[in-house]
Amino acid sequence: MDVLDIDVLDIDVLDMARWQFGITTVYHFLMVPLTIGLGILVAVVHTLWVRTDKPEWLRMTRFWGRVYLINFVLGVATGLVQEFQFGLAWSEYSRFVGDVFGSLLALEALLAFFLESTFLGLWIFGWGRIPKGLHLAALWATVIGSIVSAYFIIAANSWMQHPVGVVADDATGRPVQVDFAAVLTNNTALAAFSHAIVAALMVAGALLVGVGLWHLRRRKLSKQPTTDVDHAVWRRSVRLGGFVSLAAFVLVALTGDWQGKLMYEQQPLKMSSAEALCETEAPASFSIFAWAKLGSNECDDVHSITVPYLLSYLAHSDFSSAVPGVDQLHEEYAAVYGATYPDDPSRFGDLAGQEIDYTPLLAVTYWSFRLMIGMGAVSAGVAAYALWATRRGRVPTSRIGVYGSLLAVGAPFVANATGWVFTEMGRQPFVVYPNPDVPVGEQVWFFTAQAVSPGISAAEVWTSLSLLTLVYGALAVVELWLIARFVRRGVTTGDGAPTPGHTPEGTADADLPAGRDGSPTGARRDTDDVLSFAY
Amino acid sequence: MDLPTLWFAAVAVLWTGFLLLEGFDFGVAALLPVLGRRGAAEGRADRHLVLHTIGPLWDGNEVWLITAVGAVFAAFPGWYATWLSTLYLPFVLVLFGLIVRAVAFEWRHSHSTEAWDTTWTRVITAGSLVAAAGIGAALGATTLGLPIDGDGNRVGGAFSGLGWSALLGAVAVVAFSLVHGAVFLALKTDGPVRVAARRFAQRWAPVAALPLLAWAGLVHLRSGTPVTAVLWLVAALAVLVAWARIRVGREGQAFTAWGAMLVAAAATVFGAAYPVVVPSTVDPAFDVTVTDASVSDYTLTVMTWAAGVGLPVVLAYQAWTYWVFRRRLTAEPAHESPSGAPA
Ligand code: HDD
Ligand code: HEM
Ligand code: HEM
Repeated sequence: MDVLDIDVLDIDVLDMARWQFGITTVYHFLMVPLTIGLGILVAVVHTLWVRTDKPEWLRMTRFWGRVYLINFVLGVATGLVQEFQFGLAWSEYSRFVGDVFGSLLALEALLAFFLESTFLGLWIFGWGRIPKGLHLAALWATVIGSIVSAYFIIAANSWMQHPVGVVADDATGRPVQVDFAAVLTNNTALAAFSHAIVAALMVAGALLVGVGLWHLRRRKLSKQPTTDVDHAVWRRSVRLGGFVSLAAFVLVALTGDWQGKLMYEQQPLKMSSAEALCETEAPASFSIFAWAKLGSNECDDVHSITVPYLLSYLAHSDFSSAVPGVDQLHEEYAAVYGATYPDDPSRFGDLAGQEIDYTPLLAVTYWSFRLMIGMGAVSAGVAAYALWATRRGRVPTSRIGVYGSLLAVGAPFVANATGWVFTEMGRQPFVVYPNPDVPVGEQVWFFTAQAVSPGISAAEVWTSLSLLTLVYGALAVVELWLIARFVRRGVTTGDGAPTPGHTPEGTADADLPAGRDGSPTGARRDTDDVLSFAY
Repeated sequence: MDLPTLWFAAVAVLWTGFLLLEGFDFGVAALLPVLGRRGAAEGRADRHLVLHTIGPLWDGNEVWLITAVGAVFAAFPGWYATWLSTLYLPFVLVLFGLIVRAVAFEWRHSHSTEAWDTTWTRVITAGSLVAAAGIGAALGATTLGLPIDGDGNRVGGAFSGLGWSALLGAVAVVAFSLVHGAVFLALKTDGPVRVAARRFAQRWAPVAALPLLAWAGLVHLRSGTPVTAVLWLVAALAVLVAWARIRVGREGQAFTAWGAMLVAAAATVFGAAYPVVVPSTVDPAFDVTVTDASVSDYTLTVMTWAAGVGLPVVLAYQAWTYWVFRRRLTAEPAHESPSGAPA
């Protein structure tokens, strides 16, 4: 193959590998926040049941627990891909960051995934087999596993946003870890972790609100009683979901503000491009809406409607400081990290010797940032509406209100996805962003353009990208269909009588009638049946 | 022992643990069409029973794979990067198998028509076979040779990494898993499934061990030591023990012996391959070794502490769940509606 061919293929590999990483990761992160958020809420409800023995808490545990499981497994399946991806299409990245990054992934598996999967199996199959308290503890162990998992993976991501605890190797420029504690307590990681956890609670809250309202309205229209257990289930779902959503939104804003301040210090270009702030301003205003020539990444083409002083406040907590603009920052970066990529086609492919664009895609950073905040605000608004509409036992029948809330279940998902798109696209062209607290000569950094696997061909990435996208698409259809079907059917089946739940405390396997698979006797084959949980 | 060697051993233990555990759930899943073949209603109940034996366990078993891959990345990023990118498409296929299998486990029972059930049961079988074969191929190739240059990058096209060594590894892992799964089923169930599973294991155990023994033998012949020779003999002996025990119906002992066979064979392979983690078929000078591929001693020390504390805890609670679900299961007709509850 002649040199020209290879160059053309190389650039394709990079772009496709980026699409592949973006698609698979965003997809994974649709499941993850629901797993984390709903896991916490189901554990809370399960705890309430164990404490109070009220039937509605049991039904809520079973119902939302089932939704949790349908979603969980897709998170696991797509997470597997994540674990392999860095070696598949990003081998140079893996070699470069190996001294820090791999250990965080391995620790995540060892300390979090084992906990999650082992105890989840115990929770699913443990109904009626192990003592109540232990059974509840199994769920909490799973939930803690999810949260620990989020912590490690975000620590890994935050390290590439803001590499700490390392020194650059003299010969290779690769990071050599010197301070593991610093990696774990990276302020970027602490902020991102708390932000992501509360964002996950918004996802779960919105789901409870949307589904609960829909069932309440339907029951009311078909004149079903408001005094039975089912009514209590939906009402409690709406109230719990609403309060959680609202509280989480406040926390999301606070932690987001913390992230913004760090970002201003650590990745000023990301901040300015999120604002489409071209020229340095003092005091700087916050842009609400911007327009530019379509497809232009030229700062001068951007016009925007702004709130004076607000950006200065977000970045510095005062109303007067200067916030540097994109143009000025671009010059500064070019001066330090080079105006062009090194002229080495074996490592940079087509980009070798080309000019480096230090400004991320303005349209993407600008709009993803606004979508994140906007969708979060929509979700909080819906939660407030739901709480108000169900105050003192009321049941809303407004079509717009109820269907709007159902639709708005998607809003926090969008907010989560766009938040990540912002984070990840905003750090371009770096995959490992230089840490400004370290003197320039000693910094560690890595361009995305050099991170991709050198040995693989465009055809291979094309194959995997189409295969994975197709499979993920099909899985999404089935998953949505299953969840929608399950959710529509509601909590009761058949007689609607309260179910017996657990067999008496401490029932051991041997005490159960042979051949019963340990399921609670007398409650077979309805949604509350253990085997509808199991396999 | 220096730290990279210790971690090579740790990685070997993780892969072995993965094969030992996930091996039986791969095998059980692959045996579904073979063992669930009586009349329609009974077949369904049998399949339900078969799946129930691995239901609470497969996800925990799969984490051994994630941890093994994570540990390779953490301790030997050079190995991780070279291995995965060289075998790009086979690994994607493995992922594909694992994805569909995982969702099928969960979705199979989320809807209750006959066709739905059959489809997802088939998906479980197919996904498990693909994953087992793919992982076997990847392991076979990483112990017997991949076409890589001095930078650890692949030479040649997308399939240049897939030679006879990959094929041998694939067959070895699938064959091992089938018998492993059968013995596990014989141990965990009662009734016709138990009988059929035992018969399967009796018939196939000696044959199914051959590819694995051949693989271990080859790695030993290439770079083995007297110790790996002994290990290989132990593996061969364990096959005979397993076979003899399953014939007299001692399922627990057969399971242990068959597992010991895997452990000894894996120890032969990893022991003989050390210190090379990816041999190059292009030029032995390009072999990736434990030292080339490993991270700094500082990072290995941190990981050693974390694993030293974490791993025993993990082993303890995983063992405990196996104990909780230790009971033998028997089939019951599907959709039986016991007294009191409506169907
Ligand atoms: C329900 C979801 C959700 C909502 C309502 C918000 N966020 Fe967010 N945001 C995320 C979900 C999210 C996220 C997906 O979880 C991200 C991606 C990476 C991360 O750490 O969290 C994120 C990233 C992220 C970042 C980027 C950090 C970085 O790149 O280093 C900033 C500055 C903010 N957020 C700030 C905010 C502010 C000021 C909000 C005001 C209300 C806000 N977010 C609402
Ligand atoms: C620990 C967590 C994560 C790590 C280590 C990580 C790492 C990476 C890497 C290596 C790339 C490819 C190189 C590049 O294009 O810069 C990438 C791209 C991307 N990631 Fe992340 N990522 C993480 C989490 C996420 C999450 C949760 C999302 C979204 C839900 C996400 C969204 C994206 C997107 C959209 C891209 C494509 C951006 C582009 O190519 O410009 N990432 N990430
Ligand atoms: C690109 C980086 C990522 C990698 C390599 C990765 C890896 C994985 C893997 C292998 C699994 C399956 C675990 C199992 O089998 O039990 C998984 C699931 C999970 N991941 Fe990710 N992940 C990434 C991004 C993220 C992020 C950013 C978060 C959290 C903020 C996250 C949180 C979780 C959680 C909570 C689970 C378990 C619950 C579920 O399966 O939905 N992951 N991940």
